[in-house]
Amino acid sequence: MESKEKLRAPISQKPHVVEKPKDPSYIGGTISIEINEKKLSVPLGTTILEACKEYGIHVPTLCYHEDLCMAGVCRVCVVEVEGMRTLQASCAFPITAPIKIKTSTPMVRKARRHIIDLMLSEHSGECYSCIRNSNCELQKLAKEYGVDHYTFGHVDKPRYEVDNSSYSVIRDMSKCVLCKRCVRTCIDLQEVGVLESLDRGRETHIGTFLDKPLSDVICINCGQCINRCPTAALRANDPSDEIWNAIDDPNKHVVIQTAPSPRAAIGEEFGLPAGTSMTRQMNTALKRIGFDRVFDTNTTADLTIIEEGTELVIRLYKALVKKEQVSLPQFTSCSPGWVKYLEHYYPEYIDNLSSAKSPQQMFGALIKTFYAEKTGIDPANIVSVAVMPCSAKKFECNRPEMNDSGYKDVDYGLTTRELAQMIKEAGIHLPEMPKGDFDSPFGEASGAGLIFGATGGVMEAAIRSIVEFVTGKKAEDVFEKANIIPLRGFDGIKYMEIPIGNEVGTVPDILKHLVPDWNWLKGATLKVAVAHGTANAKKIMDDIKAGGKFSECHFIEFMACPGGCLGGGGQPIPTTPEIRKKRAQAIYAEDESLVVRKSHENPYVIRLYEEFLKEGPCGHKSHKLLHTHYIKRGRYIA
Amino acid sequence: MLVLEKNEMTKEIEQLVNKYGFSRSSLLPILQDIQRKHKAVPDFAQQEVARLLDIHPVEVYSVVSFYSFFNTKQKGKNLVRLCQTITCDLAGKKSVARALEREIGIKFGETTKDNKITLEYVNCLGMCDQGPALLVNERVYSKVTPEKAVQILSEIK
Ligand code: SF4
Ligand code: SF4
Ligand code: SF4
Ligand code: FES
Ligand code: FES
Repeated sequence: MESKEKLRAPISQKPHVVEKPKDPSYIGGTISIEINEKKLSVPLGTTILEACKEYGIHVPTLCYHEDLCMAGVCRVCVVEVEGMRTLQASCAFPITAPIKIKTSTPMVRKARRHIIDLMLSEHSGECYSCIRNSNCELQKLAKEYGVDHYTFGHVDKPRYEVDNSSYSVIRDMSKCVLCKRCVRTCIDLQEVGVLESLDRGRETHIGTFLDKPLSDVICINCGQCINRCPTAALRANDPSDEIWNAIDDPNKHVVIQTAPSPRAAIGEEFGLPAGTSMTRQMNTALKRIGFDRVFDTNTTADLTIIEEGTELVIRLYKALVKKEQVSLPQFTSCSPGWVKYLEHYYPEYIDNLSSAKSPQQMFGALIKTFYAEKTGIDPANIVSVAVMPCSAKKFECNRPEMNDSGYKDVDYGLTTRELAQMIKEAGIHLPEMPKGDFDSPFGEASGAGLIFGATGGVMEAAIRSIVEFVTGKKAEDVFEKANIIPLRGFDGIKYMEIPIGNEVGTVPDILKHLVPDWNWLKGATLKVAVAHGTANAKKIMDDIKAGGKFSECHFIEFMACPGGCLGGGGQPIPTTPEIRKKRAQAIYAEDESLVVRKSHENPYVIRLYEEFLKEGPCGHKSHKLLHTHYIKRGRYIA
Repeated sequence: MLVLEKNEMTKEIEQLVNKYGFSRSSLLPILQDIQRKHKAVPDFAQQEVARLLDIHPVEVYSVVSFYSFFNTKQKGKNLVRLCQTITCDLAGKKSVARALEREIGIKFGETTKDNKITLEYVNCLGMCDQGPALLVNERVYSKVTPEKAVQILSEIK
């Protein structure tokens, strides 16, 4: 039998790839080529497209995406290679011999123009009534090639019905150009496998299992497909009309919470370079749009750390001291895409998921209880909006169990892109906004809550607090500047061991009712792991199932999206590896600039426990408002 | 499908995976065996094949929907399939098609009320030099004329 590893790669449609040499200086490691009569040398296995990019020669692309394996299906990137009878797709042509390439000959230009014309002939849509207007790769190609009429005609009616069954993703296949980026995203990057091309010939279309509506198949709502679609064939389910209505309704008190990732990315929608933090400008803009209060989701991210960390302590105490049967490792539960993935594919592990809600949902429950009580506003009149980098958050807030406040805890999940649109519609240029603060009674949050936006951030935030709780030392004394570097960066899976040592501190007040002392952790080693992108989550889960190294972990962070929330499906398009890196830098830089960088030091969180959640973390009230349960959904589609 | 039938199907597919090997390239032969036995590849079978080959149901469905010779719902007992591709078209497919429709009393894409015959088009059968080509169940007929078609039908009626 073939090994499983071998089976999954070459993945869905990966054609011929040539490994690049590790050291191109050995003989045959580099190849001399000519592009447009310019002599160059490139490492063996470089694709023509990469070579062109490297030397600043523009070649148009459509099905190519930096995050995905090559496909070579759209042919827009064709070039002439001397001696070859036909044009070659530059994105799928690894250079293995000296060749001469021409990127702009009459034949090349004509072929490209024909390809674009053919795509347009079947593409139903009018750019001015389209969500991707001015951020569409097809539109851009048409412009680049000076399309001013439809050479091969143009469909006048949409060919397919729009699928708007999902809370998160809307599919309008009449705008699809069959580039299969979504297919490669969903299968290779996410390992969810919702989309494939169905049927054949001119009937070919992208669809789901048995062509069912998206809500009836196993889609985790991550929106990664939206983020990679070059056209408007895939888009998020946009609630902004309802939100405008609420804002315009004088009887409604509209509050908005903002997650850590949108602020690190929204500037891109206003032409700023990736990695420009817009936190304070966004606060002002949101007020000017008409939101009554602006809160920082990082506050409840801090709260999540306390609740989830406490839950971990309880689990460990039960397992190590009381010798009870408990589910370990504990899994984070703040990524709704990941949660749904687990519910479908590993339902036997739902007890491992932390019962703590995501920060979005914790905030929702608090706004319609604590905040409503404090301000005397009838929760029935509060409309609670959440700006998220994420399309799965739309699904999450519509989960029927998310109404512990007695109302729908969060009314609308809004993506970064949709918020940017609202800001533009209000006539505001975000970068010009003066800086504004978050509103009381939740105020400013800690840097620990902020780094939730990057992969590894939740774990780093948790470790900062747990280390201080247990050892009594300052996180800064254990990790330089309290930065936990092994948990950062974009490796698909990260693993770390944290030895507790033989010195333990005293149990802090908020945990006193749960554990008497820390002696039972003396000499222990905390093992943690981090995965982002569900394909990596799958690797860890399969390892745990097989009793491998990760089954010995105590705590594992999972994020459905590559890069964590900052690479979420609701973030500005495009999102590329380079852009993710910049957004992460923005988040970590802002964390370092803050005074409070640990969740348990957030004064507002401390006050919440004093005033409202009086029984402490994981107490009765917390359980009612801040914790939830999950559903064993299973993998079969009825 | 009843639970019992499902278990039976799972067992059957497990055996097929053993027979052809745990590999993506086993997908087609496995589906062909299922199609031959059940005259269809039911939804549940597709999901089980996916699970046991560690791929996704939609990948299986993609293959099933690509090939005319796979179907997800059972069709008539006898499958009469006429090639519709260009060479056969030029060789006189249309008159054969009309004869078939008249003789069986249904249109292409339909199944007779008694569930005995399903009539449909297929693409090139690789018999282009001897068109029009007709496939009845697993047997290919070449150079089919309207008269010959009627005669062929009488054999399965
Ligand atoms: S998808 Fe692109 S090309 Fe099509 S209508 Fe929208 S903006 Fe225009
Ligand atoms: S939202 Fe995620 S799971 Fe759903 S189809 Fe898109 S990539 Fe796949
Ligand atoms: S839906 Fe979008 S990403 Fe998917 S094939 Fe169509 S155009 Fe490409
Ligand atoms: S970009 Fe090269 S074939 Fe599509
Ligand atoms: S065209 Fe009919 S068999 Fe080839």
